[in-house]
Amino acid sequence: MLVKQLSVFMENRPGRLYKLTNALGKEGINFVTLSIADTKDFGIVRFIARDNDRAYEILKREGFTVGQTELIGVEVDDQPNALATVIEILDEKNINIEYLYSFVLTNHNTAKILMRVENTDAALKILQEKGIKLLSEKIL
Amino acid sequence: MWYYIQYMTEGELLKMFDVRAETMSRKEIEKLQLERLKHIVAYAYENVKMYKERFDKIGLKPEHIKTFKDIENIPYTTKDDLRDNYPFALLAVPMKKIVRLHASSGTTGKPVVCGYTRKDLDIWSDCVARVLVMAGASDEDIIQVSFGYGLFTGGFGLHYGIEKLGATVVPVSSGNTERQIMLMKDFGATALVATPSYAMYLAETAKKQGVLKDLKLRLAITGAEASTPEMHESLRKILGVFPTENYGLTEVGGPGVAGECSEKCGMHINEDCFYPEIFDIENNCAKKEGEFGELLLTTLTKEGMPILRYRTKDITSLTYEPCKCGRTLARMSRVVGRTDDMLIIRGVNVFPSQIESVLMAMDELGKTYEIVVDRVNYMDSIEVRVEVVDPSLLDDYSKLEELVAKIKHRLRVVLQLDVKVRLVEPFSIARTEGKVKRVKDLRK
Repeated sequence: MLVKQLSVFMENRPGRLYKLTNALGKEGINFVTLSIADTKDFGIVRFIARDNDRAYEILKREGFTVGQTELIGVEVDDQPNALATVIEILDEKNINIEYLYSFVLTNHNTAKILMRVENTDAALKILQEKGIKLLSEKIL
Repeated sequence: MWYYIQYMTEGELLKMFDVRAETMSRKEIEKLQLERLKHIVAYAYENVKMYKERFDKIGLKPEHIKTFKDIENIPYTTKDDLRDNYPFALLAVPMKKIVRLHASSGTTGKPVVCGYTRKDLDIWSDCVARVLVMAGASDEDIIQVSFGYGLFTGGFGLHYGIEKLGATVVPVSSGNTERQIMLMKDFGATALVATPSYAMYLAETAKKQGVLKDLKLRLAITGAEASTPEMHESLRKILGVFPTENYGLTEVGGPGVAGECSEKCGMHINEDCFYPEIFDIENNCAKKEGEFGELLLTTLTKEGMPILRYRTKDITSLTYEPCKCGRTLARMSRVVGRTDDMLIIRGVNVFPSQIESVLMAMDELGKTYEIVVDRVNYMDSIEVRVEVVDPSLLDDYSKLEELVAKIKHRLRVVLQLDVKVRLVEPFSIARTEGKVKRVKDLRK
């Protein structure tokens, strides 16, 4: 019930993101999500590809430092307060969210939220109990 | 009595601190040096286990030292010897007689220690006072010391030399540039003691603040790191000072070994206290006058820690021609390089091997690193670049930030210096065939 995400270490200087996206693009790997948070000198690029395993192999081969992380994915109605509802459930159990990003696909009336939390098992359990729809990698 | 101080008459400019010692004829200097060499060799042999063992191993006896040429049979002393004998095994007197300890950074975290008897401190202050007068200072000056006070020999070394001279010392120590400028202005300092790079930084900052006109500085006395003629020229232009450099190292006692005079044609070595040789280590032969090689120093008067033929690793040359200033002391040229890979960063000695030992002890780091030294706003900066190869660090940012903080902390412990740490991508540090170039020094 978890979504696999790849994390790549990247220096904060021109040309680096191109090197990564091009390495995957020319091999026909399509991104589902991609997010970068940066500090002054470096950033971590986090993304989910259509074929994560191949993307992982390609990046390893190309010499990137690439890690795999499992995220919790949930699907909520694309309407106000939907995100807050999910967060409230986790807050009640005192589960801290390390980072989170969300996206809406066209032709869908739902929003997808991906997050990494401190206690993944506890979070999965409570979200399931509360009837929140969890995503697996395939649904993406 | 060799130490005889010339007292000034009112209004007369002091030209030398110790006219007798600084104007001996070559013959007199050599006679004195040979006398003192024989004495110090016997003294070291009798009182320091390391020297006795070394001499015995090659069958050398102190009485074999009869001429200057014989000195060349004495094994060198190296920084490693000082480290191996940490902390007190090279002291020639009981601790009761030692009144001060100083230390500088060593190659593996253990510092190099120097112990001084009361007489050592007295002679040290004399030597520094001489260097100050060479630089143009007199007892009328107010001298601000921007060297760090502490184990580092620079701060206290200059401090006591200034007091000996009778000038006014402002022991402001290092750091807090704005305050330094305020005090310089308010106290009316006429001379500044600092590393050349810090003097430049002070000058630039004072210029920016528009307070140059309020400063009374006339001398910049720089040391602890080599200066370039360009830096001195900038100091002259910006601050309107007469800049000189001086030389010394903890292993033989600290500053006061040599200093430039108004002629600025090399640094006068206090030859009655230090015996200099320029040596070709590889071929084990002395270099001729004017030829460049490694400077070896033997302390001629030290009681606390006599050192024979210390390998300074500094490349310089000597001239024995009397100087226009009237001094007859030999002059060493400015240090043009090192025979090892030691870096001097803001006056602190740094060996790349120290950095390597810190990095290699951390499993989460890759084995490729690079040290980049630069000078930004006249201040030395040192950056260590390491490749991130451990994917588990990518879980969240705090892990990467903690890693940077951890490396910085460990380097700080070993080097006593703040080092910038940059995490870089794998394979982004250039690999070269054969010898890896770990250090990029962009200051040159």
